[in-house]
Amino acid sequence: MHEFPVTEQIIKIAAEQAEKNNALKVTQINLVVGESSGFIGESIQMYFDIISEGTICKGAILKMENVKTKWKCPACDILYSRQPLSFACPNCGMDGLPTEIGREFYVQSIEIET
Amino acid sequence: MADKEIDVIQNIYDENDKIALETKDNMGKRGVFVVNVMGAPGAGKTSSIISLIKGLADEKVYVIEGDIESDIDTVKLKELGIETIQINTNGACHLDAPTIKKSLTDLSLDKPGILFIENIGNLVCPAEFQIGEHIKMLICSAAEGSDKPYKYPLAFEKADIILLTKGDLKSFVDFDDEFFLKGIRALNKTVPVFEVNAKIGQGFEAAVAWISTRKNSAIK
Repeated sequence: MHEFPVTEQIIKIAAEQAEKNNALKVTQINLVVGESSGFIGESIQMYFDIISEGTICKGAILKMENVKTKWKCPACDILYSRQPLSFACPNCGMDGLPTEIGREFYVQSIEIET
Repeated sequence: MADKEIDVIQNIYDENDKIALETKDNMGKRGVFVVNVMGAPGAGKTSSIISLIKGLADEKVYVIEGDIESDIDTVKLKELGIETIQINTNGACHLDAPTIKKSLTDLSLDKPGILFIENIGNLVCPAEFQIGEHIKMLICSAAEGSDKPYKYPLAFEKADIILLTKGDLKSFVDFDDEFFLKGIRALNKTVPVFEVNAKIGQGFEAAVAWISTRKNSAIK
């Protein structure tokens, strides 16, 4: 259920750009999906196949670039992946800070036929 | 026929966030402060809202109840004379900005005051979607365990105020206060955490005062 409105939005963004560029069809949509964005690629694909029916995006390939979540240590200034039940920096043990890396959820580009 | 790649770089949340911002502005202009109430099922969201409303006796209060199904909470609030409307998402796991914008037309909003929007009981996606709120309030019960900031970090990071309910169950569930607060502070340096007992309405004074102060600074 969660991915349904989001997939509609992806199709809307791609279709708007395709029309602006006088496309005949959209062949590929390139998405960037962070690990902590809360969205699951397979689920988006499932809804995409249904919702894109009858739109300029029908049959397009959905390509997803996944981004691993990173935390930042304020002392060591390094980025790292956290361990379960801990936010500690692997280098010094201090709790790191959340970053925006891994929360990406955007349409990077579309590929079209004109 | 030619193949071409077009750069887009457009956030998929953009439209939701745009509508959320419009709602926040419109409500602010009416003098209505909007609180997005998040928390797991059974955390004590409705009971906490009721206790807060009792403390906010001088304010006109509105409530939007979000649930997957049923109107049990709405009935409870209406019986207390609180202007409440129900949204049933029929399966969707969070409220979003277009849904709230549409439902606002069912409220009178005839006086300035506070609107509590009780989100779907879920610690995951409600934190990802803005709905038009001035602040996010996270209701967390001791019964859920002290590891929740580590398991659902975004909800704790995004919260502007946290209420910890069911403190009397701490010893039964081995709740570790230090571990809980350490996790919250790693994610959110400033969020106030108020321990309350929603069942008997105890400990809400400080939370009520905090909400009033935030309202007064957000709404001129």
